[in-house]
Amino acid sequence: MTDAKLLTIEGISKSYPGVKANENVSLSIGRGEVHALLGENGAGKSTLVKMIYGLVRPDEGRMTFLGRTFAPTKPSEARSTGVGMVFQHFSLFEALNVAENVALGMDNPPPQRTLAQRIREVSDGYGLPLDPNRLVGELSAGERQRVEIIRCLLQSPKLLIMDEPTSVLTPQEVEILFTTLRQLAAEGTSILYISHKLEEIRSLCDAATILRRGKVVGSCTPREKSARELAEMMVGATLTPPERAAKDLGDVALEARGLAVPSLNPFGTSLKDISFTVRKGEVLAIGGVAGNGQDELLLALSGEVRSVPGAVRIDGHNSGHLGPNERRAAGLVTGPEERLGHAAAPDMSLTENALLTGALRMGLTNNGFIDWVKTREYSEQIIKTFDVRTPGSHTAARALSGGNLQKFVIGREILQTPGVIIVNQPTWGVDAAAAAFIRQALLDRAAAGAAVVVISQDIDELLEVGDRFAALNEGRLSDPVPVKGLTVDQIGLMLGGAHGMHKAEVHHAQA
Amino acid sequence: MLRLEKRPNPSKFWLYATPIVAVILTMIAGGIMFALLGKNPFAVIQTIFWDPLFGKFAYYLRGQLLVKAGPLVLIAVGLSLGFRAGIWNIGAEGQYIMGAVFGAAVGLAAFPTESRWIFPAMIVAGAFGGWLWAMIPAILKTRLNTNEILVSLMLVYVAQTILAMAATGFLRNPEGMGFPGSRNFSSFPAAANGELFVGTGLHWGVVTAIATVIFAYVLLQRHLMGFQIKLAGQAPRAARFHGVSPNRLVVMCMGISGALAGLAGLFEVTGPAGQITIDFNVGYGFTAIIVAFLGRLNPLGIMLAGLLMALTYIGGEMASTNLGLPAAAIQAFQGMLLFFLLGVDVLTNYRIRFMMMGGR
Repeated sequence: MTDAKLLTIEGISKSYPGVKANENVSLSIGRGEVHALLGENGAGKSTLVKMIYGLVRPDEGRMTFLGRTFAPTKPSEARSTGVGMVFQHFSLFEALNVAENVALGMDNPPPQRTLAQRIREVSDGYGLPLDPNRLVGELSAGERQRVEIIRCLLQSPKLLIMDEPTSVLTPQEVEILFTTLRQLAAEGTSILYISHKLEEIRSLCDAATILRRGKVVGSCTPREKSARELAEMMVGATLTPPERAAKDLGDVALEARGLAVPSLNPFGTSLKDISFTVRKGEVLAIGGVAGNGQDELLLALSGEVRSVPGAVRIDGHNSGHLGPNERRAAGLVTGPEERLGHAAAPDMSLTENALLTGALRMGLTNNGFIDWVKTREYSEQIIKTFDVRTPGSHTAARALSGGNLQKFVIGREILQTPGVIIVNQPTWGVDAAAAAFIRQALLDRAAAGAAVVVISQDIDELLEVGDRFAALNEGRLSDPVPVKGLTVDQIGLMLGGAHGMHKAEVHHAQA
Repeated sequence: MLRLEKRPNPSKFWLYATPIVAVILTMIAGGIMFALLGKNPFAVIQTIFWDPLFGKFAYYLRGQLLVKAGPLVLIAVGLSLGFRAGIWNIGAEGQYIMGAVFGAAVGLAAFPTESRWIFPAMIVAGAFGGWLWAMIPAILKTRLNTNEILVSLMLVYVAQTILAMAATGFLRNPEGMGFPGSRNFSSFPAAANGELFVGTGLHWGVVTAIATVIFAYVLLQRHLMGFQIKLAGQAPRAARFHGVSPNRLVVMCMGISGALAGLAGLFEVTGPAGQITIDFNVGYGFTAIIVAFLGRLNPLGIMLAGLLMALTYIGGEMASTNLGLPAAAIQAFQGMLLFFLLGVDVLTNYRIRFMMMGGR
């Protein structure tokens, strides 16, 4: 079946001011083919699929769908032609139930009862169990994704676009998803699969197109290449994994003892009885599926959310009641997940953003008066030491790319020579080279005697940097175990949270 | 077709050019309005913008410029600190009234003794009155999470009722033969805020306004607290990450703006107005909101904007007496100024792209 072409793209280009997002991109997808679109952040993958889905119009080039010219001007046009898309960020209303959410995304929704019945049929048919009457706010990230997938499947698409679908899933949930996708492909639905996770692509995809800086730099059959070869095609350089020196662990620098914090919003996660210790020189890796309390844990450790004094102890001193600046004074610094708006103020310059957390430990103020000369020197030191690509320290934070801003934000904390550093998703949306650099910097800081906590949803990253591993699940933290000897399967079980997984397996045993 | 596109960096050029463009657009649109009202637009605009500065009565009107600009700038600088932090004190008019009532009450209680401490005590009482009135929305916001816009605005009407009570009741001039209104401070030297140099319009309120501009400028440019104010307004989560307590900031910003509005009221009642009357407040507290935005929430900008707004007040008054324009037309003209400013403001962060017709 793969010889008949479903979608052909020829010489597509799209420019935004200052960037060529896509330049002369050509590719074709056969019927029933699972086609990978591979590239780093900013390589132009999203722009390309937005053009296929009718969200963006190309400047040049042409597309044909089933032999006919295809130039969608809006998503509904793409949908009626037979293109469905599951976005990386879900667009669901938490206060509505599954069927209502599905109806909102359809052009001509059937009555609720019929729709609920069809949702049941489709979800069972594809091994994605989902109760149409449940509130979306109660669903896990994996289940929410199913809502989005089923919304697409109800329109029987010929091409399903999936944008980084596994970033919110546990390994077991990924397996369920892959089974579904393979079943779809076997039935003749083509899938355009966007990811930068190479092992997934090797196990799932029939063909791959690799983008770098908006251009196609290669295409291959992923099974025939090693993950390393794919990565090097994607990055265009040779990669070196981070090095770690053998080290002696010191005293306990950070301790959480029965840390419990109620969630600030009704659909957030409350932290429940979290206990762990991190020694000087040690890296504690905390994994978990998105929305299991990562943000809340970071806020409780940074001091933005306070707790009882004994729940957080820095160097043996009760610190749970202290605010962010008092904790910084005690040697604890943090790097939140959200770069723009939380870790950095988007419209402020890098110098002002250096002041944001550095004021205290770097001595950037005198009696409350800001020493701008010293602050600028500090921000320039960060830019230089951490290889932040920017015109200068006067640039607004929002003008930096994700990777560069992340290097700045992490660098800002590390240069304060903290005794404890806690980061959440340090390399999320960061290109491979910058990610390796950031991980190395964290390991170097640990080698210099700091206690490091890395919270992440990227299991490879956690295994790479962590000495011990613990999993967050619904606001509870598992007992930390040594990383050495852990397998991906064991981690998957620790992460848990694969709701409905059991049912799916049973279903497949029957099928 | 036009499309807006976000700039990577805010444009420095447009940051300073937008007020000028807004004034020009206001002149054009206002001119059309005046023409529709059957007046010569050029004559009206000349009367508003030119005559008060260089016309026949300029020697007197230039002083009036400072008298009107003083309270506007004093209030607007205070408001701008809150606005920058995302704290919307809309009730400066009420705080202005309460400053005047508190200050006047202290002064009148001391009547007719002569002591050099009376006026300083009145200044403290005026600032306290405004501060107290601003603390009501501030504390309701931090404790009960009420909306400070609504509460501060509604308190203006409470303050007006208190003002009426003061003018007709507890502060009424016992020698006033039953007419509403307090004693006139011009006949009570120890409590009067007269002109410092005759004919200049310069009084203690203007001096305080200038000092406040300098103080606010230094605060915003050099002090960590100014940084925190800006940070809280631009990125509230980053501000909490930095270590700013949102509640402390609300109390501080509301307090400063309330106290400054109270001071403006005190200087007005002891100087240009002279006495507590039922219609003592003429809308400085509301106009100051326009002044704060017209001045880009920047202290120096606010000083210029206050002078410009004072000019439209004085010029507008002249236009309505000399050319017979309705007062509402002048208010509409002032409203246009804010409208165009906010509209043109978009250009600081966005640029306009012209697209081919038919492109979606």
